[in-house]
Amino acid sequence: MGDLVQLKSFGLTEGEVLGALGRVKVRDVDYADLYFESCVSESVSMEESLVKRATKSVSQGVGVRATAGEKTGFAYSDELTKKDLELAADTARYIANSPGGTHAVPVPVHQRPSRDLYPVDRARAEVATAERVALLNAIDAEARRSDPRIKNVMASFNTEYKVVMVATSDGTLIGDVQPLSRLQVTCIAEENGQRQAGSFGGGGRVGFEFYYEGDRYLRFAREAAREAILNLSAVEAPAGVMPVVLGGGWPGILLHEAIGHGLEADFNRKKTSAFSNLLGKRVASDVCTIVDDGTLPGRRGSLNMDDEGTTTGRTMLIERGILRGYITDKLNARLMGIPLTGNGRRESYQSVVLPRMTNTFMLAGTSDPEEIIRSVDRGLYAVSFGGGQVDITNGKFVFSASEAYLIEGGKITRPVKGATLIGSGPEILTKVSMVGHDLKLDEGIGTCGKEGQSVPVGVGLPTIRIDEITVGGTQR
Amino acid sequence: MNQQIQQRDGYSQLALDLLGKAKRGGATEADIIIADGETFSVQVRLGAVDRLTKAREKRLGLRVFVGKRSASTSTSDFSAESLDQLVAETCTLARAVVEDPVSGLPAADQMAGERPDLDLYDSTRLNTEQQIELAKRVEAAAMSTDERVTNSEGGDFDSSSGRVVLGNSHGFLGEYQSSSFSMSVSPIATDPVTGAMQRDSWYDVRRKFAKLDSPEMVGLEAARRTVRKLGARKVSTQRVPVVFDPETAGSLMGNLCSAVSGYALYKGASFLAGQLDKPLAPDYVTVYDDGRVVGGLGSRPFDGEGLPTRKTTVVERGRLKSYLLDTYSGRKLGLASTGNASRSVGENPSVGPTNFYLAPGTKTAQDIIKTVKQGLYVTDLIGFGINMVTGDYSRGASGFWIEGGELAYPVEEITIAGNLKDMFAGIEMIGSDLVLRGRIASPTVKITEMMVAGN
Repeated sequence: MGDLVQLKSFGLTEGEVLGALGRVKVRDVDYADLYFESCVSESVSMEESLVKRATKSVSQGVGVRATAGEKTGFAYSDELTKKDLELAADTARYIANSPGGTHAVPVPVHQRPSRDLYPVDRARAEVATAERVALLNAIDAEARRSDPRIKNVMASFNTEYKVVMVATSDGTLIGDVQPLSRLQVTCIAEENGQRQAGSFGGGGRVGFEFYYEGDRYLRFAREAAREAILNLSAVEAPAGVMPVVLGGGWPGILLHEAIGHGLEADFNRKKTSAFSNLLGKRVASDVCTIVDDGTLPGRRGSLNMDDEGTTTGRTMLIERGILRGYITDKLNARLMGIPLTGNGRRESYQSVVLPRMTNTFMLAGTSDPEEIIRSVDRGLYAVSFGGGQVDITNGKFVFSASEAYLIEGGKITRPVKGATLIGSGPEILTKVSMVGHDLKLDEGIGTCGKEGQSVPVGVGLPTIRIDEITVGGTQR
Repeated sequence: MNQQIQQRDGYSQLALDLLGKAKRGGATEADIIIADGETFSVQVRLGAVDRLTKAREKRLGLRVFVGKRSASTSTSDFSAESLDQLVAETCTLARAVVEDPVSGLPAADQMAGERPDLDLYDSTRLNTEQQIELAKRVEAAAMSTDERVTNSEGGDFDSSSGRVVLGNSHGFLGEYQSSSFSMSVSPIATDPVTGAMQRDSWYDVRRKFAKLDSPEMVGLEAARRTVRKLGARKVSTQRVPVVFDPETAGSLMGNLCSAVSGYALYKGASFLAGQLDKPLAPDYVTVYDDGRVVGGLGSRPFDGEGLPTRKTTVVERGRLKSYLLDTYSGRKLGLASTGNASRSVGENPSVGPTNFYLAPGTKTAQDIIKTVKQGLYVTDLIGFGINMVTGDYSRGASGFWIEGGELAYPVEEITIAGNLKDMFAGIEMIGSDLVLRGRIASPTVKITEMMVAGN
């Protein structure tokens, strides 16, 4: 025992952790946990061909939580002394009307996650700033070389190295090391006084070498440049209801916004989701099967364990059109009496755990992607999106295309700019009539916001046809 | 209190010590920001406590310049050895990036001299029971006025206070305290016939506890905003006049604020690049950014670089008169800082608004709606469909259909689209109903015509 490396890195003994846990797990507290986190974030960025900004930030702290019935008490501290732990424990247990004191908690079983989905060799300081600078300089050169109309290139490389340890009143003491990085490129193109931007990026729980595999970093640069140049010739988007074909990969943000959030257990327990009470019911056409999977190696949304120490898994959300399950954390799984899926996540020690998605995607179907395009007489083909948002309660969602084309007579014709898609989550998947065999996961850029907390996520999608959706452009 | 003063002096001393260490470590210039604070938030749901959160936190950010090279770092660990390491690492990091000819602190003679008391701090401390009671009252008010309000995402009451110490190697050392109190509630209404649900929310936030609206007023407004959405439908695709309520008009001011940010401008990433002194909107449109509003949520005596804040006329009688700038973006554009450096600990300064608002007109919202035969009254916008480079605008909207000058029925699942340049030029009327309930605010605004996409 006592061999959990994280204990040492937080400068704590098992006795101190158990002491604090015993102080918060009073009689009427159903569950308590302590989440220790230390995080080093580094960023270098470039613009005007100069890598002129570098930042580094270090944070460390503990979040202490107690739940009793539906109530949650939560406190956090950036000091890890015994006194600070006790103070946080006393605050957290305030929600339970039990007398204070020291209570017995089960001696935890020290655990390490049963697998490592993201073994990273060169995540941190081993990669000298000079190497990161060289990466960004090469991106600048590649983007400018690809087209003389590229007038500015902005690129940033961000890394995060997070060490976490969770001690729970149900007898677990477990730790994880969670690297994360992302390379983002934005190009500004200019022609005849008109300007357009294009962006591309990617990353994951990967090491520095990831960006050099198959010259990935150069591809990011070319893609950002290509999108900016393409948008120079884009025409105004149409307005009205029409069929829309979504390309594979990042357009999976549609599932994330329209469906995923509505299937998070907290909204369903509170019956504030448009999907409340629909388990076992049809919510999509039978070509749609959607999963949330935190176990994909190296992916941005993947985790060996969630932030409550639960091993992540693959959760069937919608199976051939039928709603099969919700995304849960411990609190909501217990209160709803449904399976724990390992989706309890938090932005940091300063935030409470919420049920959140990991990597959410639709499984491949049988249609040929080209045949899907050919099936549309007049519509929109959207291949990349800027972002999206959903109102959980009425189910309405919106997302904005950053690269889209008109489909006319079964052929992709002109690029369009400024197209927004708006629809209703519970309806949209019932209108999916074709699903391609080309499932693609996104490049690793997604960040999901909920209750002010941001967490990294992944999305994925094969090419799909939606028979009708409202496109919000400016042209009739 | 004694302990507080001691600690405050402690932070000033810490800032001076670290600036000295940075100099000895090779920095030619440096600045340091130390922020600490405490927050307490209560959420109740359906009358019972759902979540209590309490915390204290502190953070320190250091920016050093080694000649024309610079780097920024931050930490929450204030131990001597950790801070020594931070200083050394920051200097090393700065040497690893390239020279940037315009980088550096503001000129020494520009630093804020007078530090007005802007009345940003309230020493009122609520105990746990008082805060729970306020959160319960705001939710109860929202739940009890209309039987169609059937559920709730909760009532919240938050309080926070903190202070900021900023020092630099010019010898500037400034400090201010601030506080905020806020309350909100998100009721859910159910259509008795169709069972369809709608959610909305209302809030108030102030620097002074005594200035907050009563929980009953906030709750009633939340219920009113929620219930009126029941029965919403789509409308057909058409071009019509669009009236933005103060909340959504505020988001247009937010878009303007992003477009006049020095960083977007010098990168060529704003549709307002090169538009200084050119007409942007009709002559009854005037927009201010005022960092010196007494008790304002965006007010501060000096900005994130220690420069004095001020009142800037951004748009004067329709003409774009000023960008919002910090020292760096100003130098890139050949202009002086407007005192809008916004600084989160550990980041380089960026540009942010203080209190940014559209000057009110004379008409009530009702007068404005009356002028519309057929059109849209927008109360909610969702999505991110704004291209700042071109001004192209397309967002999801909901609100009310206007027929014959009256709100006829609620609408949803539509988008409104246009270009921000045309939208600002198309501002036809401005309401009198400006309330500074945040850093960016607007009265009701009518835009002559936009594309509404629906059925």
